[in-house]
Amino acid sequence: MGSTVSIFSQVAAWFADPSHWSSSDGIPTRVAEHLVLSGAATALAILLALPLGVYLGHARRFDFAAINVANVGRALPSLALLAFALPVAFALGLGLGFWPTLFAMVPLGIPPILTNAVAGVREVDPEVVDAARGMGLSGRQLLRQVELPIAAPLILAGVRNAAVAIVATATLGALVAGGGLGRYIVDGLARQEYARLFAGALLVALLAICVEIAFSLLERIVVSPGVRRTLTATLA
Amino acid sequence: MRSAKWLAPILTTLALAACGGGAAPSAAPVSSAPPPAASKPAAASTAASASASAKPAASTAASAKPAASGAAASGAGAASGAAGAKPTVRIGGFNFPESSVLAELYGQALEGAGYKVDRHENLGSREVVEPALEKGDLDMVPEYMSTLLLFVDKNAKGSSDPAEAQKLLQTALTPKNLTVLDYSPAVDTNGFAVTKANADKYKLAKMSDLQPVAPQFILGGPPECPQRPFCEVGLQNTYGLKFKDFKPLDAGGPLTVAALKGDQIQVGLLFTTDPSIITNNFVELEDDKHLQQADNVAPVVRNDLLSKAAPDFKTTLNAVSAKLTTASLTDLDKQVGVDKKDAKDVAAAWLKTNGLVK
Repeated sequence: MGSTVSIFSQVAAWFADPSHWSSSDGIPTRVAEHLVLSGAATALAILLALPLGVYLGHARRFDFAAINVANVGRALPSLALLAFALPVAFALGLGLGFWPTLFAMVPLGIPPILTNAVAGVREVDPEVVDAARGMGLSGRQLLRQVELPIAAPLILAGVRNAAVAIVATATLGALVAGGGLGRYIVDGLARQEYARLFAGALLVALLAICVEIAFSLLERIVVSPGVRRTLTATLA
Repeated sequence: MRSAKWLAPILTTLALAACGGGAAPSAAPVSSAPPPAASKPAAASTAASASASAKPAASTAASAKPAASGAAASGAGAASGAAGAKPTVRIGGFNFPESSVLAELYGQALEGAGYKVDRHENLGSREVVEPALEKGDLDMVPEYMSTLLLFVDKNAKGSSDPAEAQKLLQTALTPKNLTVLDYSPAVDTNGFAVTKANADKYKLAKMSDLQPVAPQFILGGPPECPQRPFCEVGLQNTYGLKFKDFKPLDAGGPLTVAALKGDQIQVGLLFTTDPSIITNNFVELEDDKHLQQADNVAPVVRNDLLSKAAPDFKTTLNAVSAKLTTASLTDLDKQVGVDKKDAKDVAAAWLKTNGLVK
């Protein structure tokens, strides 16, 4: 193996090769596959964890238990989940690649979303809740107009954590013949093409950063300016 | 890989010590003898014929106890006389089931002919087994000709013709005092399989039959396949096959089988003796333009053992090789790998039905 410099130039050359930008193994295809898989996994995790978390936080019941159970979920290694998902996907006739990886990625996204949703809603200032009730808001109205807007930054942070973790870990899908950017890492290793491997790792890192940035932009749109102002005030 | 070079002798010694410890007491003098004996023959056998007189000193010392009764029992068979000894044969095997099956086939045939066999199956990869054979810790290993040739000579060209491959291998092994016996028709190498449904639909039996349909087929194999001369590169150069796409899976493993079954790929790389070909009713396409090298099974034996063993040593092994086909080896692999039978029993039954042991 050459020096660090030559690896960088090899990676640069790899990116410059036009054949790596087309075909079913090209960068656009792999990035798209990676985003579709990560997006689907994050969406499923939101669907499963967010309503439950918001409800538990609002009801202020079982919230502690829910957070603890979710945190146990964090300890599950994704590789083990993937190994478990593969025979299940075979049995269900879902084949290789996409579905087993999806099964393995969803549990990765649930804990941060659930914990942050529970904590975000529960931690809303009780005096604010009292005031809202005093104004005659129903439970539903309270949740929609007071708790959710105030909890929004924390909830979004949870979703962002989940999405970034999923984008970074979805590379494992290549082990079960899935597409996505993990392909470059797994294939680079098998072919001893280290430029491909490094390029894959770089692309995954870049994609994760992009997701992070996208969520901070989303936060600007979703979070009410009032909440953001108090948030920065308390942080300062 | 590099670390295996120096690890190999240590591992081998450990493995042999562990196996030898459990063997019959008569094996003890044999396994303790090799280190001095191994260094001597290397010098002695350069004067090839002289070694015949030089070695008996060591071999009679070693074989006197274990083989004396064997030699007496087979005295009738060894009519040719002098070199009629029946020494203990230490057979090595690699760390995959097929190798154990082969070691049992050859080993039990030798036992049937009155030889004592010391088994060292599952010893490790070729990085471990081959040096052990060269050093004299083993006497014989059932090998795959082209793979061994590439192992001992990284720059070897190899051949798809088994007779030629054997010649090349023998040339490479002669300086190591090793001999390749007759090769068997059984070959374990890269094969390409399709489902029965597709084989019927598109009339596929040989690799060249893929020509018209390749552009609509997806090929599946290990990730390195697109760059390997015996995989996609060879398929394109030798057969002119250009597939619609390539799907990176594993080296003839469960992913390839699943993808082929699920029609996610239409052509998959599976090894020619893979039992999943039988269990899934896949059709292995014939390599009609001989892309693959001749990886026929053949026993490789140390010259010092050959020179002291009775003539029936060679003929016994060659008889096994002659009867062993790719199909029968695949079936033996299936009995071990899929039906979970013991390699020993499977080999015994096969030798019996083929009349190779009584």
